[in-house]
Amino acid sequence: MVKEFERAGFTIVQMCNLIPVASTVGANRMVPTISIPYPLGDPNTSKEEQWKLRYYRVGVALDALATDITEQTVFKVKN
Amino acid sequence: MKIIHYINQFFAGIGGEDQADQAPFIKAELIGPAVALNAMVKANGGEVTHTIVCGDNFMGSKTDEAVETILGFLADKEFDLFVAGPAFQAGRYGFACGTICKAVHEKYGVPVLTSMHVENPGVEMFHKEMPIFIGGKSAAKMKGDVQLIADYINKDLTGQPHTGAVAEKFFPRGVRHQAWLADGKTAARRGVEMLIKKLNGEPYQTELVIPAKDLVPIAPAIKDLSKARIALCTTGGIVPVDNPDHIQSASATRWGRYDISGMDRLESGVFKTIHAGFDPAAANADPNVIVPLDAMRAYEKEGKFGSLHPYFYSTVGTGTTEAEARRMAKEIIPLLKQDKVDAIIMGST
Repeated sequence: MVKEFERAGFTIVQMCNLIPVASTVGANRMVPTISIPYPLGDPNTSKEEQWKLRYYRVGVALDALATDITEQTVFKVKN
Repeated sequence: MKIIHYINQFFAGIGGEDQADQAPFIKAELIGPAVALNAMVKANGGEVTHTIVCGDNFMGSKTDEAVETILGFLADKEFDLFVAGPAFQAGRYGFACGTICKAVHEKYGVPVLTSMHVENPGVEMFHKEMPIFIGGKSAAKMKGDVQLIADYINKDLTGQPHTGAVAEKFFPRGVRHQAWLADGKTAARRGVEMLIKKLNGEPYQTELVIPAKDLVPIAPAIKDLSKARIALCTTGGIVPVDNPDHIQSASATRWGRYDISGMDRLESGVFKTIHAGFDPAAANADPNVIVPLDAMRAYEKEGKFGSLHPYFYSTVGTGTTEAEARRMAKEIIPLLKQDKVDAIIMGST
Protein backbone atom coordinates (compact mmCIF):
# COMPACT_ATOMS: atom_id res chain seq x y z
CA MET A 1 0.00 0.00 0.00
CA VAL A 2 2.83 2.34 0.91
CA LYS A 3 4.37 1.90 -2.51
CA GLU A 4 1.10 2.48 -4.29
CA PHE A 5 0.49 5.69 -2.34
CA GLU A 6 4.00 6.88 -3.07
CA ARG A 7 3.64 5.97 -6.73
CA ALA A 8 0.55 8.22 -6.79
CA GLY A 9 2.72 11.09 -5.57
CA PHE A 10 1.99 11.17 -1.84
CA THR A 11 4.93 11.64 0.47
CA ILE A 12 4.55 8.77 2.91
CA VAL A 13 6.29 7.46 5.98
CA GLN A 14 5.74 3.95 7.27
CA MET A 15 5.81 3.47 11.02
CA CYS A 16 6.35 -0.19 11.74
CA ASN A 17 8.15 -2.72 13.87
CA LEU A 18 9.35 -5.01 11.09
CA ILE A 19 11.67 -2.61 9.33
CA PRO A 20 13.39 -5.35 7.27
CA VAL A 21 10.00 -6.34 5.82
CA ALA A 22 9.06 -2.74 5.01
CA SER A 23 12.46 -2.27 3.43
CA THR A 24 12.25 -5.46 1.36
CA VAL A 25 8.78 -4.60 0.15
CA GLY A 26 10.02 -1.15 -0.82
CA ALA A 27 9.02 1.58 1.64
CA ASN A 28 11.25 4.64 1.24
CA ARG A 29 10.73 6.51 4.53
CA MET A 30 10.53 4.30 7.62
CA VAL A 31 10.30 5.02 11.34
CA PRO A 32 10.62 2.08 13.76
CA THR A 33 7.91 1.36 16.32
CA ILE A 34 8.38 -0.64 19.50
CA SER A 35 6.31 -3.77 18.85
CA ILE A 36 3.64 -5.36 16.70
CA PRO A 37 0.64 -5.37 19.12
CA TYR A 38 1.42 -1.93 20.55
CA PRO A 39 3.57 -0.02 18.05
CA LEU A 40 3.34 3.31 19.87
CA GLY A 41 2.90 2.69 23.59
CA ASP A 42 3.95 -0.19 25.84
CA PRO A 43 1.01 -1.04 28.16
CA ASN A 44 3.52 -2.18 30.79
CA THR A 45 4.65 1.41 31.18
CA SER A 46 2.68 4.35 32.56
CA LYS A 47 0.21 6.29 30.41
CA GLU A 48 2.59 9.21 30.71
CA GLU A 49 5.51 7.23 29.32
CA GLN A 50 3.36 5.78 26.53
CA TRP A 51 2.26 9.28 25.55
CA LYS A 52 5.86 10.54 25.55
CA LEU A 53 7.01 7.70 23.34
CA ARG A 54 4.13 8.11 20.93
CA TYR A 55 4.45 11.89 20.75
CA TYR A 56 8.17 11.57 20.15
CA ARG A 57 7.99 8.89 17.42
CA VAL A 58 5.12 10.57 15.56
CA GLY A 59 7.27 13.71 15.64
CA VAL A 60 10.10 11.75 14.02
CA ALA A 61 7.65 10.54 11.36
CA LEU A 62 6.47 14.10 10.65
CA ASP A 63 10.07 15.27 10.36
CA ALA A 64 10.73 12.32 8.02
CA LEU A 65 8.00 13.58 5.70
CA ALA A 66 9.82 16.91 5.53
CA THR A 67 13.25 15.36 4.96
CA ASP A 68 14.75 14.95 1.51
CA ILE A 69 16.22 11.48 1.01
CA THR A 70 18.08 9.88 -1.85
CA GLU A 71 17.64 6.23 -0.87
CA GLN A 72 15.47 4.06 1.36
CA THR A 73 15.92 5.53 4.81
CA VAL A 74 15.19 4.30 8.31
CA PHE A 75 14.89 7.39 10.50
CA LYS A 76 16.65 6.99 13.82
CA VAL A 77 14.74 7.10 17.07
CA LYS A 78 16.32 7.68 20.48
CA ASN A 79 13.59 6.21 22.62
CA MET B 1 12.11 -42.43 -18.71
CA LYS B 2 8.70 -41.66 -20.16
CA ILE B 3 7.81 -38.07 -20.94
CA ILE B 4 4.48 -36.45 -21.85
CA HIS B 5 4.60 -33.17 -23.72
CA TYR B 6 1.98 -30.38 -23.68
CA ILE B 7 1.71 -27.92 -26.58
CA ASN B 8 -0.89 -25.45 -27.86
CA GLN B 9 -3.04 -25.59 -31.00
CA PHE B 10 -0.58 -23.53 -33.02
CA PHE B 11 2.41 -25.80 -32.48
CA ALA B 12 0.18 -28.82 -33.07
CA GLY B 13 -0.38 -27.48 -36.58
CA ILE B 14 -4.11 -27.07 -36.08
CA GLY B 15 -4.19 -23.32 -36.55
CA GLY B 16 -3.65 -19.93 -34.99
CA GLU B 17 -6.05 -17.60 -33.24
CA ASP B 18 -9.09 -18.98 -35.04
CA GLN B 19 -8.40 -22.40 -33.51
CA ALA B 20 -7.47 -21.18 -30.03
CA ASP B 21 -10.73 -22.53 -28.57
CA GLN B 22 -9.57 -26.07 -29.35
CA ALA B 23 -10.57 -28.42 -26.51
CA PRO B 24 -7.76 -30.53 -25.02
CA PHE B 25 -6.90 -33.91 -26.52
CA ILE B 26 -4.10 -36.43 -26.12
CA LYS B 27 -2.39 -38.52 -28.79
CA ALA B 28 0.07 -41.38 -28.50
CA GLU B 29 2.26 -39.72 -31.09
CA LEU B 30 4.82 -36.97 -31.31
CA ILE B 31 3.68 -33.60 -32.59
CA GLY B 32 5.78 -30.47 -33.22
CA PRO B 33 8.21 -29.69 -30.39
CA ALA B 34 7.69 -33.18 -28.96
CA VAL B 35 9.48 -34.59 -32.02
CA ALA B 36 12.50 -32.38 -31.34
CA LEU B 37 12.57 -33.17 -27.62
CA ASN B 38 12.29 -36.90 -28.24
CA ALA B 39 15.20 -36.79 -30.69
CA MET B 40 17.38 -35.01 -28.14
CA VAL B 41 16.79 -37.41 -25.24
CA LYS B 42 16.30 -40.81 -26.85
CA ALA B 43 20.00 -41.66 -27.02
CA ASN B 44 20.06 -41.61 -23.21
CA GLY B 45 16.88 -43.64 -22.78
CA GLY B 46 14.31 -40.84 -22.73
CA GLU B 47 11.10 -41.22 -24.66
CA VAL B 48 8.25 -38.83 -25.31
CA THR B 49 5.24 -41.12 -25.43
CA HIS B 50 2.29 -38.75 -25.81
CA THR B 51 1.50 -35.22 -26.91
CA ILE B 52 -1.30 -33.26 -25.25
CA VAL B 53 -2.77 -30.37 -27.22
CA CYS B 54 -5.01 -27.59 -25.92
CA GLY B 55 -6.08 -24.26 -27.41
CA ASP B 56 -4.70 -21.25 -25.54
CA ASN B 57 -8.11 -19.62 -25.22
CA PHE B 58 -9.63 -22.84 -23.95
CA MET B 59 -6.97 -23.02 -21.24
CA GLY B 60 -7.29 -19.30 -20.53
CA SER B 61 -11.07 -19.06 -20.28
CA LYS B 62 -12.08 -22.55 -19.12
CA THR B 63 -9.01 -23.20 -17.03
CA ASP B 64 -10.60 -25.53 -14.49
CA GLU B 65 -12.22 -27.64 -17.18
CA ALA B 66 -9.02 -27.80 -19.23
CA VAL B 67 -6.87 -28.77 -16.24
CA GLU B 68 -9.36 -31.37 -15.07
CA THR B 69 -9.63 -32.91 -18.53
CA ILE B 70 -5.86 -33.09 -18.96
CA LEU B 71 -5.29 -34.53 -15.48
CA GLY B 72 -7.91 -37.10 -16.49
CA PHE B 73 -5.93 -37.98 -19.64
CA LEU B 74 -2.89 -38.66 -17.48
CA ALA B 75 -4.63 -40.84 -14.90
CA ASP B 76 -3.95 -44.12 -16.70
CA LYS B 77 -0.63 -43.14 -18.31
CA GLU B 78 2.78 -44.12 -17.10
CA PHE B 79 5.10 -41.14 -17.14
CA ASP B 80 8.10 -39.86 -15.22
CA LEU B 81 8.27 -36.27 -16.40
CA PHE B 82 6.02 -33.62 -17.91
CA VAL B 83 7.13 -30.91 -20.33
CA ALA B 84 5.14 -27.94 -21.67
CA GLY B 85 6.01 -25.48 -24.43
CA PRO B 86 8.34 -23.75 -25.18
CA ALA B 87 5.99 -20.79 -24.95
CA PHE B 88 8.42 -18.06 -26.12
CA GLN B 89 6.84 -14.63 -25.59
CA ALA B 90 3.25 -15.82 -26.07
CA GLY B 91 1.47 -14.71 -22.90
CA ARG B 92 -1.53 -17.03 -22.99
CA TYR B 93 0.64 -19.99 -23.95
CA GLY B 94 2.96 -19.16 -21.06
CA PHE B 95 0.03 -19.03 -18.69
CA ALA B 96 -1.19 -22.35 -20.08
CA CYS B 97 2.21 -24.05 -19.72
CA GLY B 98 2.66 -22.77 -16.16
CA THR B 99 -0.88 -23.68 -15.14
CA ILE B 100 -0.79 -27.21 -16.46
CA CYS B 101 2.75 -27.91 -15.19
CA LYS B 102 1.78 -26.78 -11.70
CA ALA B 103 -1.38 -28.91 -11.74
CA VAL B 104 0.42 -32.00 -13.05
CA HIS B 105 3.18 -31.63 -10.47
CA GLU B 106 0.68 -31.26 -7.63
CA LYS B 107 -1.42 -34.21 -8.72
CA TYR B 108 1.20 -36.68 -9.93
CA GLY B 109 4.36 -35.49 -8.19
CA VAL B 110 6.53 -35.79 -11.29
CA PRO B 111 9.08 -33.13 -12.27
CA VAL B 112 7.64 -30.55 -14.67
CA LEU B 113 9.60 -28.33 -17.04
CA THR B 114 8.75 -25.50 -19.39
CA SER B 115 10.42 -22.64 -21.26
CA MET B 116 9.49 -18.99 -21.77
CA HIS B 117 10.97 -15.68 -22.80
CA VAL B 118 11.78 -13.37 -19.89
CA GLU B 119 8.97 -10.98 -20.84
CA ASN B 120 6.34 -13.69 -20.88
CA PRO B 121 4.07 -12.89 -17.89
CA GLY B 122 4.04 -16.62 -17.15
CA VAL B 123 7.62 -16.26 -15.85
CA GLU B 124 6.58 -13.91 -13.06
CA MET B 125 3.57 -16.07 -12.26
CA PHE B 126 5.23 -19.48 -12.20
CA HIS B 127 9.02 -19.16 -11.86
CA LYS B 128 8.91 -20.21 -8.21
CA GLU B 129 6.89 -23.32 -8.99
CA MET B 130 9.05 -25.10 -11.56
CA PRO B 131 12.15 -24.71 -13.69
CA ILE B 132 11.18 -22.37 -16.53
CA PHE B 133 14.06 -22.34 -18.99
CA ILE B 134 15.13 -18.97 -20.36
CA GLY B 135 13.70 -19.07 -23.87
CA GLY B 136 13.75 -16.95 -27.00
CA LYS B 137 11.15 -14.45 -28.14
CA SER B 138 9.73 -16.48 -30.98
CA ALA B 139 9.60 -19.94 -32.50
CA ALA B 140 12.79 -19.15 -34.43
CA LYS B 141 14.53 -20.16 -31.18
CA MET B 142 12.67 -23.45 -30.93
CA LYS B 143 15.67 -25.73 -31.30
CA GLY B 144 17.80 -23.97 -28.72
CA ASP B 145 14.93 -23.66 -26.25
CA VAL B 146 14.04 -27.35 -26.49
CA GLN B 147 17.75 -28.18 -26.19
CA LEU B 148 17.94 -26.53 -22.75
CA ILE B 149 15.04 -28.66 -21.55
CA ALA B 150 16.65 -31.74 -23.09
CA ASP B 151 20.01 -30.96 -21.44
CA TYR B 152 18.30 -30.92 -18.06
CA ILE B 153 16.53 -34.20 -18.73
CA ASN B 154 19.73 -35.79 -20.06
CA LYS B 155 21.43 -35.02 -16.77
CA ASP B 156 18.78 -37.04 -14.98
CA LEU B 157 19.06 -39.82 -17.56
CA THR B 158 22.83 -40.07 -17.24
CA GLY B 159 22.96 -39.53 -13.49
CA GLN B 160 24.80 -36.24 -13.56
CA PRO B 161 24.10 -33.76 -10.78
CA HIS B 162 22.14 -30.61 -11.51
CA THR B 163 24.17 -27.46 -11.19
CA GLY B 164 21.48 -24.88 -10.50
CA ALA B 165 19.39 -22.26 -12.23
CA VAL B 166 22.19 -20.05 -13.52
CA ALA B 167 24.30 -22.84 -14.99
CA GLU B 168 21.35 -24.70 -16.48
CA LYS B 169 19.71 -21.50 -17.72
CA PHE B 170 16.35 -21.45 -16.02
CA PHE B 171 14.75 -18.67 -13.98
CA PRO B 172 15.82 -19.06 -10.34
CA ARG B 173 13.04 -20.45 -8.20
CA GLY B 174 14.55 -19.23 -4.97
CA VAL B 175 15.18 -22.84 -3.94
CA ARG B 176 18.47 -23.68 -2.26
CA HIS B 177 19.92 -27.14 -2.58
CA GLN B 178 22.77 -28.74 -0.73
CA ALA B 179 25.61 -29.44 -3.11
CA TRP B 180 29.04 -31.03 -2.73
CA LEU B 181 31.63 -29.06 -4.62
CA ALA B 182 34.30 -30.83 -6.64
CA ASP B 183 37.04 -28.66 -5.13
CA GLY B 184 35.80 -29.38 -1.60
CA LYS B 185 36.04 -25.74 -0.57
CA THR B 186 33.95 -24.99 2.50
CA ALA B 187 31.53 -22.10 2.78
CA ALA B 188 33.85 -20.43 5.29
CA ARG B 189 36.75 -20.50 2.83
CA ARG B 190 34.61 -19.29 -0.07
CA GLY B 191 33.18 -16.50 2.07
CA VAL B 192 36.62 -15.33 3.14
CA GLU B 193 37.83 -15.47 -0.45
CA MET B 194 34.92 -13.26 -1.47
CA LEU B 195 35.67 -10.87 1.35
CA ILE B 196 39.32 -10.60 0.32
CA LYS B 197 38.29 -9.91 -3.26
CA LYS B 198 35.87 -7.27 -2.05
CA LEU B 199 38.55 -5.63 0.10
CA ASN B 200 40.91 -5.62 -2.88
CA GLY B 201 38.24 -4.13 -5.12
CA GLU B 202 38.22 -7.23 -7.33
CA PRO B 203 35.04 -8.62 -8.90
CA TYR B 204 33.35 -11.50 -7.10
CA GLN B 205 30.10 -13.36 -7.39
CA THR B 206 27.84 -13.87 -4.39
CA GLU B 207 26.32 -17.31 -3.99
CA LEU B 208 23.08 -15.86 -2.70
CA VAL B 209 21.74 -13.28 -5.11
CA ILE B 210 19.08 -11.08 -3.52
CA PRO B 211 16.48 -10.29 -6.17
CA ALA B 212 16.25 -6.64 -7.13
CA LYS B 213 13.55 -4.78 -5.27
CA ASP B 214 10.67 -3.13 -7.05
CA LEU B 215 11.25 0.34 -5.71
CA VAL B 216 9.08 3.34 -6.41
CA PRO B 217 10.64 6.75 -6.97
CA ILE B 218 11.01 8.59 -3.68
CA ALA B 219 8.32 11.22 -3.25
CA PRO B 220 9.79 14.66 -2.55
CA ALA B 221 9.98 15.95 1.01
CA ILE B 222 7.16 18.19 2.19
CA LYS B 223 8.64 21.68 1.87
CA ASP B 224 6.47 23.40 4.42
CA LEU B 225 5.09 20.98 6.96
CA SER B 226 3.11 23.77 8.61
CA LYS B 227 0.88 23.95 5.55
CA ALA B 228 0.69 20.21 4.78
CA ARG B 229 -2.49 18.17 5.00
CA ILE B 230 -1.72 14.74 6.38
CA ALA B 231 -3.75 11.54 6.46
CA LEU B 232 -3.47 8.59 8.83
CA CYS B 233 -3.64 5.08 7.46
CA THR B 234 -3.14 1.70 9.12
CA THR B 235 -2.90 -1.98 8.37
CA GLY B 236 -3.43 -2.69 12.07
CA GLY B 237 -7.17 -3.30 11.79
CA ILE B 238 -8.43 -0.39 13.91
CA VAL B 239 -12.16 0.00 13.27
CA PRO B 240 -15.30 1.21 15.07
CA VAL B 241 -16.26 -1.55 17.54
CA ASP B 242 -19.06 -2.87 15.30
CA ASN B 243 -16.68 -3.16 12.31
CA PRO B 244 -19.25 -1.61 9.95
CA ASP B 245 -17.34 -2.51 6.77
CA HIS B 246 -16.88 -6.15 7.79
CA ILE B 247 -13.15 -5.98 7.24
CA GLN B 248 -11.70 -9.48 7.54
CA SER B 249 -9.36 -10.28 10.42
CA ALA B 250 -6.84 -11.84 8.03
CA SER B 251 -6.31 -11.93 4.27
CA ALA B 252 -8.32 -8.74 4.04
CA THR B 253 -9.90 -7.60 0.81
CA ARG B 254 -11.86 -4.75 2.38
CA TRP B 255 -10.90 -1.43 3.94
CA GLY B 256 -12.78 1.32 5.72
CA ARG B 257 -12.44 5.02 6.36
CA TYR B 258 -13.64 6.47 9.63
CA ASP B 259 -14.49 10.03 10.54
CA ILE B 260 -12.20 11.49 13.19
CA SER B 261 -13.18 15.13 12.85
CA GLY B 262 -13.77 16.61 16.27
CA MET B 263 -11.97 13.74 18.03
CA ASP B 264 -8.82 14.34 20.04
CA ARG B 265 -8.03 10.67 20.42
CA LEU B 266 -9.42 7.25 19.55
CA GLU B 267 -11.37 6.12 22.58
CA SER B 268 -11.29 2.55 23.80
CA GLY B 269 -14.78 1.05 23.53
CA VAL B 270 -15.45 3.17 20.45
CA PHE B 271 -12.62 1.76 18.36
CA LYS B 272 -10.89 -1.60 18.58
CA THR B 273 -8.65 -3.80 16.42
CA ILE B 274 -9.96 -6.77 14.48
CA HIS B 275 -6.44 -7.82 13.37
CA ALA B 276 -5.98 -11.57 13.93
CA GLY B 277 -2.19 -11.48 13.79
CA PHE B 278 -1.43 -10.21 17.29
CA ASP B 279 -2.85 -9.96 20.82
CA PRO B 280 -5.42 -7.15 20.58
CA ALA B 281 -5.45 -6.31 24.31
CA ALA B 282 -3.16 -3.27 24.15
CA ALA B 283 -4.76 -1.79 21.04
CA ASN B 284 -8.28 -2.35 22.35
CA ALA B 285 -7.34 -0.64 25.61
CA ASP B 286 -5.87 2.32 23.72
CA PRO B 287 -6.32 2.36 19.92
CA ASN B 288 -3.95 5.34 19.70
CA VAL B 289 -1.01 2.94 20.06
CA ILE B 290 -1.75 1.94 16.45
CA VAL B 291 -3.45 5.03 15.01
CA PRO B 292 -1.77 7.86 16.93
CA LEU B 293 -4.59 10.36 16.64
CA ASP B 294 -3.83 11.93 20.03
CA ALA B 295 -0.24 12.72 19.09
CA MET B 296 -1.30 14.01 15.67
CA ARG B 297 -3.84 16.36 17.26
CA ALA B 298 -1.18 17.68 19.61
CA TYR B 299 1.16 18.44 16.70
CA GLU B 300 -1.71 19.94 14.72
CA LYS B 301 -2.48 22.32 17.60
CA GLU B 302 1.18 23.24 17.90
CA GLY B 303 1.19 24.08 14.21
CA LYS B 304 3.91 21.56 13.35
CA PHE B 305 1.82 20.52 10.36
CA GLY B 306 -1.13 22.17 8.63
CA SER B 307 -4.15 19.97 9.12
CA LEU B 308 -5.24 16.40 9.57
CA HIS B 309 -7.43 14.79 6.89
CA PRO B 310 -10.81 14.13 8.59
CA TYR B 311 -10.74 10.35 8.10
CA PHE B 312 -8.34 7.58 8.90
CA TYR B 313 -8.12 4.55 6.62
CA SER B 314 -7.86 1.02 7.90
CA THR B 315 -7.45 -2.55 6.78
CA VAL B 316 -5.76 -5.68 8.09
CA GLY B 317 -2.29 -6.45 6.82
CA THR B 318 -1.88 -10.09 7.81
CA GLY B 319 -2.09 -12.62 4.99
CA THR B 320 -3.16 -9.88 2.64
CA THR B 321 -1.69 -10.33 -0.81
CA GLU B 322 0.33 -7.57 -2.41
CA ALA B 323 -2.19 -7.47 -5.24
CA GLU B 324 -5.08 -6.84 -2.84
CA ALA B 325 -3.07 -4.25 -0.92
CA ARG B 326 -2.30 -2.48 -4.18
CA ARG B 327 -5.94 -2.48 -5.20
CA MET B 328 -7.11 -1.15 -1.85
CA ALA B 329 -4.54 1.66 -1.99
CA LYS B 330 -5.71 2.52 -5.49
CA GLU B 331 -9.29 2.77 -4.23
CA ILE B 332 -8.24 5.06 -1.38
CA ILE B 333 -6.04 7.37 -3.47
CA PRO B 334 -8.87 9.34 -5.17
CA LEU B 335 -10.40 10.15 -1.77
CA LEU B 336 -7.07 11.52 -0.55
CA LYS B 337 -6.56 13.51 -3.72
CA GLN B 338 -10.03 14.96 -3.51
CA ASP B 339 -9.20 16.40 -0.09
CA LYS B 340 -5.79 17.64 -1.28
CA VAL B 341 -3.83 15.44 1.11
CA ASP B 342 -0.06 16.00 0.79
CA ALA B 343 1.35 13.24 2.94
CA ILE B 344 0.45 10.03 4.71
CA ILE B 345 1.57 8.34 7.90
CA MET B 346 1.07 4.60 7.55
CA GLY B 347 1.04 2.64 10.77
CA SER B 348 1.77 -1.05 10.25
CA THR B 349 1.72 -3.81 12.81
